[in-house]
Amino acid sequence: MGKVLVVTSGKGGVGKTTTTAALGAALAQAGETVVVVDFDVGLRNLDLVMGAERRVVFDLINVIQGVAKLSQALIRDKRLETLWLLPASQTRDKDALTEEGVRQVIAELRERFDWVICDSPAGIERGAILAMRYADAAIIVTNPEVSSVRDSDRIIGMLDSKTERAENGSRIDKHLLITRYDAGRAQRGEMLSIDDVLEILSTPLLGIIPESQDVLRASNVGAPVTLANQLSGAGRAYAEAARRLQGESVAMTVPNQKRGLFDKLFGRRAA
Amino acid sequence: MPIASQRTMRFLGRSYMAFVFTPEEPIIDWLAQLDSWLARSPGFFGGRPVVLDLVNVKLHKPGMVHLVACLLERGIRVIGLEGADPAQLGPDLPPLLSGRAVNSNELIALARPEQPAAAPPKQPASLLIDRPVRSGQSIIHPEGDVSVLGSVGSGAEIVAGGSIHIYGTLRGRAMAGHMGNSRARIFCQKIEAELLAINGYYRTAEEIDASYRGRPMQAWLNDNVMMITALN
Repeated sequence: MGKVLVVTSGKGGVGKTTTTAALGAALAQAGETVVVVDFDVGLRNLDLVMGAERRVVFDLINVIQGVAKLSQALIRDKRLETLWLLPASQTRDKDALTEEGVRQVIAELRERFDWVICDSPAGIERGAILAMRYADAAIIVTNPEVSSVRDSDRIIGMLDSKTERAENGSRIDKHLLITRYDAGRAQRGEMLSIDDVLEILSTPLLGIIPESQDVLRASNVGAPVTLANQLSGAGRAYAEAARRLQGESVAMTVPNQKRGLFDKLFGRRAA
Repeated sequence: MPIASQRTMRFLGRSYMAFVFTPEEPIIDWLAQLDSWLARSPGFFGGRPVVLDLVNVKLHKPGMVHLVACLLERGIRVIGLEGADPAQLGPDLPPLLSGRAVNSNELIALARPEQPAAAPPKQPASLLIDRPVRSGQSIIHPEGDVSVLGSVGSGAEIVAGGSIHIYGTLRGRAMAGHMGNSRARIFCQKIEAELLAINGYYRTAEEIDASYRGRPMQAWLNDNVMMITALN
């Protein structure tokens, strides 16, 4: 039986899709079978970030409505054998998702894969609630700024009340992933510090992803950042987060915090 | 005529909690005061039931209709009137309610959607919440104290009949003594609150002295004036 993860945030543009693709690829590289599921019906993006946009024939809505079989809609990644994508529909809206349909699809995916990673749409409406509904664990993606943190707080409250696990009296595992972290700006007080974010959200930290041009470059070439540039700061941080998800204990590093003697002498920031 | 169904129809009585407005003359000034309050907390009464207590004003029917309309313009819906002359009422006015101030021993069963129907009607006098109260969540406990072991997030609210104790940071709203208890207090480990209220007397974030921010504090009422002091 696989594990179902939802990648969620409340706020848009914080990096949910990037995170879904990067963690999915990192887990698949470690030999696990992974499917990434796009729940952003009507505004799909995961297919682009995965570089599979030209290969979409059937989608999640087709499967839910019984037009296509699950095996027809799943797209295998060209780079990694064990990584699969279930795309969203771009022509429908989120009302086409039904609770029963989503339950069946997730149950079937759970049988076939080690990891089912659901990319939630932004917002707190139907699409976001159905994406989290049947999850075992959640990754809450937050940028270190007040509006994103408050939206994440709202989403955590919903994870504790609207998921199937919460309704059965148990709790969903929650992991906080801080993305687009810029040590320089945090030091100058232009961003919330890691401690501030953790204090407000009181949720265990899964990783800190530095703000990086590599993320944009990777999206543009249609590859998860953990595949496109494994040595980049963001790629490495995502790979470490994936290892933590697998239960390994990996020391947490705050990006760019260590400054060498040279940087201190010349007042340069480490790249 | 044949009876289609064997089932009998049941009408149940139920108590609800509502805000009570007590306008004073001159009404124009009272409305202006309300407006300045609403400007600070826009949308606060949106969707919440409000009862109009007219004991302090002498209004005839057109006056009452006008007042109800004035409140509706501000997004406040009056569900009932109190203290009005029954002879002055008509179908175009909300019904007359015979309410009374509730003392703390009385039990009010509040309709709470998250509670299962089979829940026992009597709640414990105090409510303990052992997890953070997240943005958008609302904890309503009409009779007793509420203690929160975690923090209360920005955009969350705690409404208690008694006092409110928060052992984390208060970033949202806390409303103590909600059913008319002026002895209720609010305590918190760290204050970043958006709004404090005791027995209907409010203070918004802007009116809380900035020097208290981030510190442990308590709030209480002294002759209907809210006092805030640091706890250390």
